[in-house]
Amino acid sequence: MSAGITRLGWVLIAVLLSAGCASQPPTNIMSGPSQVELRSYQTRAFDTTDRTMMLRSVIATLQDLGFVIDKADEDLGAITGTKLKGYKIRMTIVVRPRGETQLLVRANAHYNLEPIEDPRPYQDFFNALGKGMFLTAQNVD
Amino acid sequence: MKRKAIVAAGALFCVAAVTLGGCASMPEDAFKLAPTSLQERRIQSRHYATADDAMLLRAGASVLQDLGYAIDESNTELGVLSASKRIDAKDVGQIATALIVSALTGSPTPIDTEQTVRICLVMNRSLADPAASVARITIQREIINDRGQVSRAEPIVETEIYQAFFARLSKATFLEANEI
Repeated sequence: MSAGITRLGWVLIAVLLSAGCASQPPTNIMSGPSQVELRSYQTRAFDTTDRTMMLRSVIATLQDLGFVIDKADEDLGAITGTKLKGYKIRMTIVVRPRGETQLLVRANAHYNLEPIEDPRPYQDFFNALGKGMFLTAQNVD
Repeated sequence: MKRKAIVAAGALFCVAAVTLGGCASMPEDAFKLAPTSLQERRIQSRHYATADDAMLLRAGASVLQDLGYAIDESNTELGVLSASKRIDAKDVGQIATALIVSALTGSPTPIDTEQTVRICLVMNRSLADPAASVARITIQREIINDRGQVSRAEPIVETEIYQAFFARLSKATFLEANEI
């Protein structure tokens, strides 16, 4: 009886090992989850047109969250940072204008080797960003 | 027979723990402002009585060069400067412990060999006083062992290290660094 359970356990482990997060086929370079859904929770609109102020706020928020800035490009409006805390999070934020009165902020991040596809961390990030600027992050349809 | 089953179950548990641990999910507070974030900001920031943040950034670059860092990224418009250096991470105590453990267990124990330290300096005009600038640095390091694995990845939190940097920055700019 117990030998049967043990055998079943080993089979489960084998499945876990082979299906785990280790090997990724090269097709992943150009693929990802549903783009529309992903973009909606990675993006927020803010009622300001001051791009430099927004980029500086993004940098300050990243520093508050324990990130070190890897790249900052004002022309492109892109900031990349890394957080090390027993794990590694790499995040890129791009700021671009939306209409005449708003700025669109899009963030995407990786936790170790995995892309973060859970909406919550992004929500937390935009909350922290909005708090720093006294602006409300608005959902984008 | 029963003991064998227990050993097998234990082995299974260990393998499962290691397997699942490899895909450990992200801590929930990774993107939340820590209750200590204000305190950390205070340790990492200094107030300088000048509106010339470009000058402060240049001084920061020369301080980092004095300390042996290489500049990885700089952006004057956004007041950002990032630099890094790779240094020895060997620790006599750790090597001695590893030798003893290896001798006892018969299998080699990894030892830390090198670390990459990254510093990011950000200059901002002070919100409270437009004639003043605020400098903030964040530091982190990644330690690699002799097997090429990352053994530690962590922020540097020691207050003295931040104090030492700002003392050098003050010297380079002939300006007094005031706590925020």
